[in-house]
Amino acid sequence: MSHLVYRKERVDRGIKVRSDDIFILASLRDLSYATLPKTLAIVILLLFPLLKDLVGTYWESVLVTTIVISLLALSWDLLASAGLVSLGQALFFGVGSYLTGWLSRTFALTPIMSIPLATLVGALLTTLILYPVLRLRGIYFGLITFALPLLLSRVIEVTKILGGTEGLNKIPPLPNLTTELYILIVVLLVCIYAYRRLITSDYGLVLQAVRDNDRAVMAAGFDIQRLKAQAVFLAALPATFAGAFLTHHFQVVGMQSFALDYSILPLTSVIVGGAGTFFGSVLGAFIMIPLSEFLREFASLRVVIYSLLLLIFAIGLPEGIFHFIRRRYQQFERMTALEGESDKRGK
Amino acid sequence: MANEPILRIVGLTKSFGGEKAADNISFELVPGQALGIIGPNGSGKSTLINLITGFVKPTAGQIFFKGKNITGIAPHKAVDLGITRSFQMSRPFYNLPVFKNLIIPLSSPRARRSRGGKYGDRDETAIHLLEEVGFERDSQVPYKDAGALPHGYLKRLELARCLSLEPEMLILDELFSGMSMSEIASVIPLLEKIKEDGCTLVMVEHRLTELFRIIDKVIVLNFGQKIAEGKPSDVMKQEAVMKAYLGSEVVESA
Amino acid sequence: MAANFLIYGLVNSVVLMLSALGFSLTFGLSGVANFAHGGLYLTSGFIAWMLIHYLGLPAFVSMLLTIVITGIIGALIYRIIIMPVRGIALSEVISTMALGVAMIEFFRYIGFVTYDFTLPPLVAGSVDIVGVSIDYQRLVIVGVGVLLAIILWFFTHHTKAGLALRGMSQDEYTALSLGIESDWAAMLSMGMGAALAAVAAMAILPLGIISINMGYDVLLLALSVTVLGGLESTAGLIVGSLLVGYAMVFTSTYIGPQWGTVVYLAAIVLVLAIKPSGLFGKSKELEERV
Repeated sequence: MSHLVYRKERVDRGIKVRSDDIFILASLRDLSYATLPKTLAIVILLLFPLLKDLVGTYWESVLVTTIVISLLALSWDLLASAGLVSLGQALFFGVGSYLTGWLSRTFALTPIMSIPLATLVGALLTTLILYPVLRLRGIYFGLITFALPLLLSRVIEVTKILGGTEGLNKIPPLPNLTTELYILIVVLLVCIYAYRRLITSDYGLVLQAVRDNDRAVMAAGFDIQRLKAQAVFLAALPATFAGAFLTHHFQVVGMQSFALDYSILPLTSVIVGGAGTFFGSVLGAFIMIPLSEFLREFASLRVVIYSLLLLIFAIGLPEGIFHFIRRRYQQFERMTALEGESDKRGK
Repeated sequence: MANEPILRIVGLTKSFGGEKAADNISFELVPGQALGIIGPNGSGKSTLINLITGFVKPTAGQIFFKGKNITGIAPHKAVDLGITRSFQMSRPFYNLPVFKNLIIPLSSPRARRSRGGKYGDRDETAIHLLEEVGFERDSQVPYKDAGALPHGYLKRLELARCLSLEPEMLILDELFSGMSMSEIASVIPLLEKIKEDGCTLVMVEHRLTELFRIIDKVIVLNFGQKIAEGKPSDVMKQEAVMKAYLGSEVVESA
Repeated sequence: MAANFLIYGLVNSVVLMLSALGFSLTFGLSGVANFAHGGLYLTSGFIAWMLIHYLGLPAFVSMLLTIVITGIIGALIYRIIIMPVRGIALSEVISTMALGVAMIEFFRYIGFVTYDFTLPPLVAGSVDIVGVSIDYQRLVIVGVGVLLAIILWFFTHHTKAGLALRGMSQDEYTALSLGIESDWAAMLSMGMGAALAAVAAMAILPLGIISINMGYDVLLLALSVTVLGGLESTAGLIVGSLLVGYAMVFTSTYIGPQWGTVVYLAAIVLVLAIKPSGLFGKSKELEERV
């Protein structure tokens, strides 16, 4: 008996919570177990804008930024699902921003018109811009998305179009912060839902197949160039929306819209949260953005800190926090007895 | 009319750098016929397949499919016309269940056109196709991850993938490689049935004995050139072919 | 005017080539796209500055020491940061980019942003060449650039170690079976790439102040030149530098000084869109890429 050795064992909980395919829900307990995390997150999110007096407008506007970055991160995640890794989400963001600015200044459109228009036209425009490089694999797509936003901001600076270095100001505002937040929250939830549906559909399966083995997809009779273009368009939508929305929020648009921040922050969010599930990228944004507000007093050290976090997660925990938490939630650990030392070695 | 070739290749040439992987190859193929393409390693068999299916663009020459010039066509358009290929190294989507692997070709434009079907219906079609190539319906195998499949089953999956596109011309790149004798024996009736259904077969093979049971005609490649063409039994007696194959498979299988 | 254009275009081209040399070498030999290249360049500038001003070492000694130190940092980056994600090209890019940004922004945070941060030129003064006044440091740059290009070409094409490294980049498995250890080779090429970034910094930085944003610019310049010339091609690197270099000088002289920056960024985008293999890339690779 003295030989008994214990070791930790990880066991899956009884039900299939992985919701990818089939649910087998035996009881209310199982049902709540499977849906509680999502419901809780949605309820908290929906209640937050109502607690204005409690949390203060400062943190409410932090939530605006958080959701905007979440949308950019979601966009990144969908692109990556089709094998397109973007190093420049600022491209989509900036195009959306400038479009809405230009539309509302030139045609005196109200935000209700200019935001949807900028979202759609912006997504189309970015798809057209990226179309010639969609055939490239690996880092080449990343390279061009890295260079494009910088190029566009330089072009604006040099040609002095769209307000040049000054940018465009006096963009019509949105009604009030609470309305803004609800619009953003609804868009975020719809986007997560739509993307999850999309990626689990047959079409989503094909998109992911392009990432894993594009030759097999070609041999199955798909025009992968077209598939990738569709993926870029679908992924651009929340990102151009984010740009357009934030432009009306701040009532100005400038070269800052193409800045590296809007590329690095979503990327960090996805890597920290975990790619491939859409929940992960949003979770990442909800960790990173409030965190960076706490770090505000460190001024430019902030950038250093999130770059280092990005680095640490990319190397140390490439699956991201979300996968880690989910595994913990779906499994539990228990001690099991092993008989004697020899068994332990044998294992 | 019946004799109009389904595939006609005229002077097809492809050079990589200075090296000619296909050198002035010409041949014709009648619908319903089964063609074997053989030759030593590096003789340009795979290049020829890549050229016909559009994965590689030729340097010179033309390819006609059902009378239509398809030289340099995009791979997906070739599939649309009814040319389907298998890959020598079949790389399925390992983390997907076996039947889900077929959802991808089944949702392609060609399959949607001919089979119709909505999301959900395709699962049933996929299982049915798997059954056709020898997966047991009642077993759990079609629902397991494709990564867990043994080699022989991977080849069957590859075959099912091709059949899901309802090809008019099916090009198989070394289907038999890595299969055991009994596995090959169980696949041959399947190929015969595909042929009976009117599908034109093109097979690149090293396993000549088994290949010759299926094909009507063979062409032999060496250093990118066609060195012989004709009935298998006749061709293998030719001196040039013997020379090219000297000391390799032909000795064993003849 | 024409002589002016020719000479300054040449100097600018060599500056570009020097800036890109380390990036291109590492990519060509080990396939790692080192996005921390700009960060390393900037860091080496500040290391040299600190060696001169805090330790009081002579400028030339500081610069040599800096090159060695930066080389070691590069090798360490491979060991610590790239090795865990080796082979996953995008993780390599993301982690080196994160590191590069962290390095650059760190110097901004500690306040290395004033006009005090300059490196002394190796040789002061200037000379007239066909009526164009040019300072000695620019001649040093051209000399160093040409010399390095020759040495590197000789190293990778005619020495055993260089050929081994090149073999490595072409076929890892064969190289492994020949007993070349891939991690050592890659570490060496990262170290050399970093040291070259430092050489470039030592030669170029004395022309002006060390400004933080240079870190980003150098990376983009390196990307522009290597993409244009075709990644992993020495001849391409030289021709790419000359094209971008002269184009930049041309546009800044005849269209407007700010247009220079548009040119090299546009070069990245246009080349990738039109001829992704670059001017000297191998056509077979292009076919595989498409």
